[in-house]
Amino acid sequence: MAEPLIRCRDVSFAYDGVIALRGVSFDVNAGDSLCVVGENGSGKSTLMTLLLRLKSPQSGSIEFDGALRADEVGYLPQQTAAQKDFPASVREVVLSGRLSSRQWQPFYTRADRAMAERNMDRLGILDLANRCYRELSGGQQQRALLARALCATKTLLLLDEPVAGLDPLATSDLYELIDSIRADGVTIIMVSHDVQSVIKHATSILHLRVEPLFFGGADEYAASAIGSRFLAGKEGEGHYA
Amino acid sequence: MLSALSEMFSYAFLTRAVVVGLLVSLCAALLGVSLVLKRYSMIGDGLSHVGFGSLAIATAMHAAPLAVSIPIVILAAFLLLRISASSKIKGDAAIALLSTSSLAIGVVVISLTTGMNTDVCNYLFGSILAMNRTDVYLSVGLAVVVLALFALFYNKILAVTFDETFARATGVPAGAYNMLIAMLTALTITLGMRMMGALLISSLIVFPALTSMRLCKSFKSVTICAAVASSVCFFLGVVGSYLYATPTGASVVLVNIALFAIFWGVSMYQTRRRAAA
Repeated sequence: MAEPLIRCRDVSFAYDGVIALRGVSFDVNAGDSLCVVGENGSGKSTLMTLLLRLKSPQSGSIEFDGALRADEVGYLPQQTAAQKDFPASVREVVLSGRLSSRQWQPFYTRADRAMAERNMDRLGILDLANRCYRELSGGQQQRALLARALCATKTLLLLDEPVAGLDPLATSDLYELIDSIRADGVTIIMVSHDVQSVIKHATSILHLRVEPLFFGGADEYAASAIGSRFLAGKEGEGHYA
Repeated sequence: MLSALSEMFSYAFLTRAVVVGLLVSLCAALLGVSLVLKRYSMIGDGLSHVGFGSLAIATAMHAAPLAVSIPIVILAAFLLLRISASSKIKGDAAIALLSTSSLAIGVVVISLTTGMNTDVCNYLFGSILAMNRTDVYLSVGLAVVVLALFALFYNKILAVTFDETFARATGVPAGAYNMLIAMLTALTITLGMRMMGALLISSLIVFPALTSMRLCKSFKSVTICAAVASSVCFFLGVVGSYLYATPTGASVVLVNIALFAIFWGVSMYQTRRRAAA
């Protein structure tokens, strides 16, 4: 079997002495779709920051396959309030995904523009290219950001709560898109609250509550004690009460 | 009207003021688009108060005003970004802290030395007579630097302004671009504040960006529109202040308010018409 794309070994991280993650180990193979689940404050976002190499783990190691450079990771962040009313056209937003591969060259090339065009087409937003980002619906904005992420990567896509705030129709559309992106050979790592639907779209699940409670296949998770409890919405009484 | 204009430009000090003012307005508008969108609008206000404090100290020490205030204001800009990044004190609180402190220091220094005089009033509300030859050279230099950097880094500034986390995650040194913008803002403000006044200079940062955001739908058009609007408003403001003998800084702000109101009105009209259709 080929080397895993990401190998995470006994990773721990603390903010100002408060432990956010402890003893997390897992592998991500090329073509996987890993979903990280857990309640608020369970360390999901911290793990995301580490995977994005914005911070380094205080102990343990995260090894990336040699071919995967930091500027080859696509990322779909959670939207900030400032972005929702940002005056930029969809094309400008999507093109900015090409920046990481530009290094010190100041301007985009024709190839960059073509790639942005392709990705907008792939996500069905080509007709919105000249529309203003702030005038789009939540689902359309997510598609634009996903197109931007695809402009940055061919290998690995990190998604942070991709369906937060979307209506059910837009949610299922977005999951279908993510599935089709994975079918094209892009490895997916997704952080989500939405366990019920995510389990249908993931190959493996990592359940965190600071420490890893479960790591394994999505089917095993559904069958496991913790998985069935969380899926039924009974995990962490306080949060759901 | 034309004769009034030619009469106006026959005064060397007025020509200098118009040149410096136009260049400063242009730079402030470009930087302002990014600052306003990043929710850093008040940074200009904070820095101009620091500028006031440093001008007071320069006067007390009988030193050249720019030589003292440029380094101090740049330092303050770095400090502001550092404090906001550490998130122990939030950005808006950090600015309030810094601007009131430097205002207080400035006022105490002034009252201990020269006392409250017209100079102080000019620092606060601006004076068209303040621009000398050095200011003209400096502002031309500044404008060239800001325009060149803005053109070269335009795509990166857009990316960092829109989504700093994404930019960082994909390997763009977002911190460096924030520093660059803060430093250029500090320079622009120190150059412009003696003409516009410490209390009014931040209008040059905020108004053009907000005005053009009413109507423009892409980052490129917002940027261009802000630059044009800012220059036009400054020119009309100066001419108005000459014709009606009103303070320059305040007149420029009034023209900016009027343009903002017009743009806002048009955008309201457009929204209503779209809703009706």
